[in-house]
Amino acid sequence: MFEIPSFQDLQKYFVDCGPHEVNRTLESEHPGITGLAALLSPAAAEQLPALAARSAEISSLRFGNIIQIYAPLYLSNYCVNRCAYCGFSADNKISRRVLTLAEAEKEALILHERDIQHILLVSGEAPARLGVDYLVELVRRLRDKFASITIEIQPLETEEYRRLFAAGITGVAVYQETYDRTTYDEVHLSGGKRDFIYRLQVPAKAAAAGMREVGIGALLGLADWRLEGLALGLHLAWLRRHYWQTALTVSFPRLCYAEGGFKARVDISEHNLSQLIFALRIFDHDVGLLLSTREDARYRNGMIGLGPTRYSAGSSTVPGGYADPELEGEQFSVGDRRTVKQVCLDIRGQGFDPVRKDWDAVFQKPEDGCRMTDDGYG
Amino acid sequence: MLTIADRTFTSRLFGGTGKFASAQVMKDALEASGSEMVTVALRRVDLQNPEDDIMSMLNREKYLFLPNTSGARDADEAVRLARLARASGGGNWLKLEVTPDPRTLLPDPVETLQAAERLVKEDFIVLPYINADPILALRLQDVGVAAVMPLGSPIGTNQGILTLAQVEIIIEQARVPVVVDAGLGAPSHAAQAMELGADAVLVNTAIAVAADPVAMARAFALGVEAGRMAYKAGLGRRLSRAEPSSPEIGLEFLHS
Repeated sequence: MFEIPSFQDLQKYFVDCGPHEVNRTLESEHPGITGLAALLSPAAAEQLPALAARSAEISSLRFGNIIQIYAPLYLSNYCVNRCAYCGFSADNKISRRVLTLAEAEKEALILHERDIQHILLVSGEAPARLGVDYLVELVRRLRDKFASITIEIQPLETEEYRRLFAAGITGVAVYQETYDRTTYDEVHLSGGKRDFIYRLQVPAKAAAAGMREVGIGALLGLADWRLEGLALGLHLAWLRRHYWQTALTVSFPRLCYAEGGFKARVDISEHNLSQLIFALRIFDHDVGLLLSTREDARYRNGMIGLGPTRYSAGSSTVPGGYADPELEGEQFSVGDRRTVKQVCLDIRGQGFDPVRKDWDAVFQKPEDGCRMTDDGYG
Repeated sequence: MLTIADRTFTSRLFGGTGKFASAQVMKDALEASGSEMVTVALRRVDLQNPEDDIMSMLNREKYLFLPNTSGARDADEAVRLARLARASGGGNWLKLEVTPDPRTLLPDPVETLQAAERLVKEDFIVLPYINADPILALRLQDVGVAAVMPLGSPIGTNQGILTLAQVEIIIEQARVPVVVDAGLGAPSHAAQAMELGADAVLVNTAIAVAADPVAMARAFALGVEAGRMAYKAGLGRRLSRAEPSSPEIGLEFLHS
């Protein structure tokens, strides 16, 4: 079982992090957790260009001159949890909706027409309104049209993840929000999400079910970002050791304005966010790093090639928002409202290839009734 | 001339299509490399879409198209991908990659052997990507692969031939062409592989992410050519101690 030390204990990693440790880590192939602390330390902030250069070098070698493109598809904004920072929080007075399967399919087709081939299905946590059966049926309708379908929904049990994997879902993202137990208890006011330990085990359950990719992350703005970075590193390293067949990704959502008016407890500057991204890339050469439309176009353009490997584009964070862009009830306010086409043009403009397809539905063994037979096309 | 299965190749440098900054750069670099065979990840392309960015840039008359099963975790997935590629017009040639560890992308020997056996029976021309394991290379030849592709070092690391001693044994024992694949980071690495007697090399990352991929492709082509020429010219053996160039052997005692 994965356990995370208290933030007080994690703080000890930073005691001896000076310029010398930062330089030594930058020259090391395998920085380890003490190296990660050095890269996250205030001393490393003074060497941000050197961190950026090393991160860019590793990213280029491992992933090439590319950025993978994906888009979220919000299915429902119902939620049983009360979380202080989230627009979907149960006591917020927003217009609530769960898409019917037909509506969800229609939204997906709009993304398909925009040449989005990797989609992330997102919902609030309300299993009674949107559960495994819904997802299995939706994926059955969509799997032929998309290279990969991943989910960011309520935590499930391994058996449920196994069922979703068999249906054609290839990846699961589940964010701890904060690895600081004290803060976690303070911002998760009610609902199943209050259980810190339970949530901490969910990525492992998804990996155990055979998911090809598992995404973790911390919501930046709740607690000390340096300690969140260290905790993410520990979580990554633990998952790698125990589930070596699972590819891992990390997201870096910074708190944006959301319904409820929650104010970030700590400020995270663009310098801080960049340092966190570079540090994790140098720590783990193979992890996929996501930079979503929470960040604005200027920042995202600037970060191309420096570490992140995957960008969302043209995102709406309200269920039904692709068919009706005027809808209200979004999870958070999007910072980059460029179209998919414009995001791709800007990536090309920076000398990188916006890759739309980097997987194929045929990897999954199809269930009965799908387009494939065991001998090829049915 | 190099012959693999029923095809002959003038160039002994094979190319890849991943990691390039654009499909145009990829096309230009492949042209500069002089390659006649290029590998394409099936996960990355849409074989049925004539407007696919990579496929529309590749002249199938000019290059032998070598689809690869990158991303496959086991033999079943690799076989399924191979069949899909053939059914979609991808041809019979296949670079078999079974890489269950998404971090190192090192090949699984057990699943690779199983998949190769099945695919050869289905008349695929199979070129398996393997760790530099001489016995595995022999077992694969026993089941009928058309070439073996041992790695120099893990994919995308540019570390050169760290598996030198094993690659030498594979070459010495080979009944099919040996193509050193993965980890070749500099033209000198490619030259070294060719000097050892490899039949060809496959290079992708070092060309794709170079500051000037076109120039780097040309440099690799020259490295391969130099290495091959040196191999054919007969390299002196390597010694661990100095040896006089005009030795006095001291065999006067022998009866004539």
